[in-house]
Amino acid sequence: MKTGRLKQILLLTDGCSNHGEDPAAVAALARSQGITVNVIGVLDDRQNSRPQGLDEVEAIAEAGGGISQIVYQKSLSQTVQMVTKQAMTQTIQGIVNKELQEILGKNQSLEELPPEQRGEVVEVVDELGESSALEVLVLVDVSASMHHKLPTVKDALFDLSLSLNARSGSNDFSVYTFPDPKHTILQMVDWTPELGAVNRLFSKLNSGGYTPTGPALREALYAFAAKSAPSHLEDGEDPYEETGW
Amino acid sequence: MKKQAGNFSPGHQVLGRWNKHPYIIMEKLGSGACGTVYKCRSTRGETYALKMGTDSSRMMLEVNMLKKFSKVQGEKLGPSFVDVDDYRMSGGHQLPFYVMEYIEGKPLPQFLAGKSKEWVGICAAQIMGDIAKLHEAGYVFGDLKTDNLLVSDSRVRLIDVGGVTAAGRAIKEYTEFYDRGYWGMGSRKAEPSYDLFAITMIMLETAGAGRFERGSSPRKTLEQKLAAAPVLKPYRTIIQNGWKGKYKDASEMEKDMAGVLLYKTPSSTRVHFRADQKKKTTDSGELTAITLLSVLLMGGSLITFFL
Ligand SMILES: Nc1ncnc2c1ncn2[C@@H]1O[C@H](COP(=O)(O)OP(=O)(O)O)[C@@H](O)[C@H]1O
Ligand SMILES: [Mg+2]
Repeated sequence: MKTGRLKQILLLTDGCSNHGEDPAAVAALARSQGITVNVIGVLDDRQNSRPQGLDEVEAIAEAGGGISQIVYQKSLSQTVQMVTKQAMTQTIQGIVNKELQEILGKNQSLEELPPEQRGEVVEVVDELGESSALEVLVLVDVSASMHHKLPTVKDALFDLSLSLNARSGSNDFSVYTFPDPKHTILQMVDWTPELGAVNRLFSKLNSGGYTPTGPALREALYAFAAKSAPSHLEDGEDPYEETGW
Repeated sequence: MKKQAGNFSPGHQVLGRWNKHPYIIMEKLGSGACGTVYKCRSTRGETYALKMGTDSSRMMLEVNMLKKFSKVQGEKLGPSFVDVDDYRMSGGHQLPFYVMEYIEGKPLPQFLAGKSKEWVGICAAQIMGDIAKLHEAGYVFGDLKTDNLLVSDSRVRLIDVGGVTAAGRAIKEYTEFYDRGYWGMGSRKAEPSYDLFAITMIMLETAGAGRFERGSSPRKTLEQKLAAAPVLKPYRTIIQNGWKGKYKDASEMEKDMAGVLLYKTPSSTRVHFRADQKKKTTDSGELTAITLLSVLLMGGSLITFFL
């Protein structure tokens, strides 16, 4: 069994969008293109009430077939890697469930199998999670309220790379920020197998007073599409792949 | 929408959908990331531990591991496996659960409270001994931490096999304080050395440092905490070797621990056993030495005899 390459957009934000189209609608669009959208809402460590705008976080992830989580800065690292891995498992499970239905008939999902057989299926899902190729486009909200959280975000992305690179499957990461006055989103890191020392990350910051989450997601979608355009070889073995930096 | 794992009060009956075995909840034992564990009683009056979760896949993976490791090479590592099933709640949705051996025991820090200081080393060596069997079988424990240990009859037992990972794969589950990746001390690949790092953190924690923050230079923080723990003085080199990844697996580290506990010098640096060293030990010292030997070499079956 093969899953192909698993594609995810990981959105890190701390508030609601206030500009442009509905982000949940774009997330639904992404989902239809086989791209899962996960959203993490980042709270200040001292913040003790859940800000209203973060309801949107759930709506976007739900529409994008992904997972949402609202966390304090201090648990950001662990959450980012967990959400990414859980979303992978969820996607794989969806694929496996579909196959199960083909074999066992409609309405046959994993939960409906007796424990013995379920035990065998989860091993298959687990194995696929370990070996599947994964592409993650990280989209970071760098509007003013996020600025002081960016060092933590940087740590979390490094940590994400550490977790995923322990797998035997290949990884591809890229990092974009928004808002960008010219192109809505700005590429920080081009596709790379490791988010190592991303020192220049978040160096050129723009603090417009608006958060165009919807348009940013749409641009991220296009960036993904550009990646899988035919200029890249099928299995990701890009002969021009830069190494060593 | 996240499903709730439910909170069952004593007397509540959990009936398995598939196997039809009923279990009566006695009390809540604890809960973690994956679910809630209850002490329960079967209709035949046996006491078990019942783990109820929400994520069916995760629970099944745990069950698979439990089945595999309740017997590794004839010796029990985790709790033994009893039953796996689903519980249908009145509202309609179903919760996966499994039943295992109930381990009557104390959390490690509580067990160590008031004990003489060598117990920190003895317990660490016991953990290494158990983990060594796992390593030999080609697996890594993964989420090794005090929460996942219980001391029963002066013997440390591993519970919660949810993090056990085949060697070479990505670590399934971890807790930052015990995770070498978090400390910048290595990858999150399931390698024996991953567990050894976690054991050194258990040693630091139980030797009085508790769980601490990594600070701006994690490695320095570790060295400082180690230097500040007099209890760990005899094992300092061993711990540092563990950090440097000098041990191939837990059995190598255990050997060095045994060397220190028995002869006050790591076995790798010991050339000959000197008879005069033995003469110096007092009667009670000898008893301790024999007890230690039994723990370290025979898996602890004799220790209850001496205590
Ligand atoms: N077999 C058992 N016997 C006795 N107590 C147990 C047993 N298994 C778990 N517990 C208790 O329940 C707590 C949570 O169990 P654990 O399996 O670690 O859950 P989680 O995977 O959610 O961390 C443990 O810390 C321990 O106190
Ligand atoms: Mg646990």
